[in-house]
Amino acid sequence: MAEKTVATPVEAAGQASEKETTRAEERYIAPPVDIYETPDGLTLVADLPGVPVDGMNIQVKEGILTIEGNVKVESPGTPVYREYELVNFFRQFQLADTVDTDRITAQLRNGVLELTLPKAEAAKPKTIKVELG
Amino acid sequence: MSWRNPWSELEVLRRELDRALGIEPGRSSTPPRVAFLPGRAARAYPLTNVSEDTENIYVQALAPGLDTDKLELTVLGNALTISGVKKGIEGVRPEAFHRSERAAGRFVRSIELPSEVDADRVTARYASGLLTITLPRAAAARPRQVQVTLG
Repeated sequence: MAEKTVATPVEAAGQASEKETTRAEERYIAPPVDIYETPDGLTLVADLPGVPVDGMNIQVKEGILTIEGNVKVESPGTPVYREYELVNFFRQFQLADTVDTDRITAQLRNGVLELTLPKAEAAKPKTIKVELG
Repeated sequence: MSWRNPWSELEVLRRELDRALGIEPGRSSTPPRVAFLPGRAARAYPLTNVSEDTENIYVQALAPGLDTDKLELTVLGNALTISGVKKGIEGVRPEAFHRSERAAGRFVRSIELPSEVDADRVTARYASGLLTITLPRAAAARPRQVQVTLG
């Protein structure tokens, strides 16, 4: 899966950066992801702390997977010291044609998003039996 | 041996510089690397924000994907210790990974709080990957309004 957005360097993970497209003015963080292959396709796991289920927005358009997370957090009191800033999450990936976009499923648990991207049937390896004649 | 370590010259130069500057051998002027890959391995985890009001101190930790059974909070005086396990991905062959950016494993972190807290009344909530701990200030550490009487 090719990267559309550049991953936030780990050293700068606590700081937000600007979206490269000039029209979107809000600041965002590219969430860290794990992507691994399974026999049925790909699984993408992303850390999106502070994003409720209704704040998640996942889209596939023209082969580009967009993960957007809108953070909703109440922080009581006045800040004493801060190590991170909670802003929205945004990251894009270019999907291979072999992904069956209609069957993508997503699960959000404890701030961890798990996306299952199944392979299209046509892209799955098929074993052909050779019969002895 | 025909192969030469390309860094050996630099190493010799560094040692000479150290000697010239009076730094004892073996103790480099640069701080030791904690991990081979600096960054997520050497970074404090979880990242925390601390805020306060007159009644409580609030600690909010950025900790997605925690195993809640193994999460432990300890309060002693004005020190809060958070320890636990962030679940990694299991049962996947290393060569099956296209990308591996999320760190996982055990962690311990101690935070110094701005004041003493009442350890018996500490509450914690874990929701959507954020750990919010509310620590009521100890009675002695609470600000008190002093009435000024005109004499």
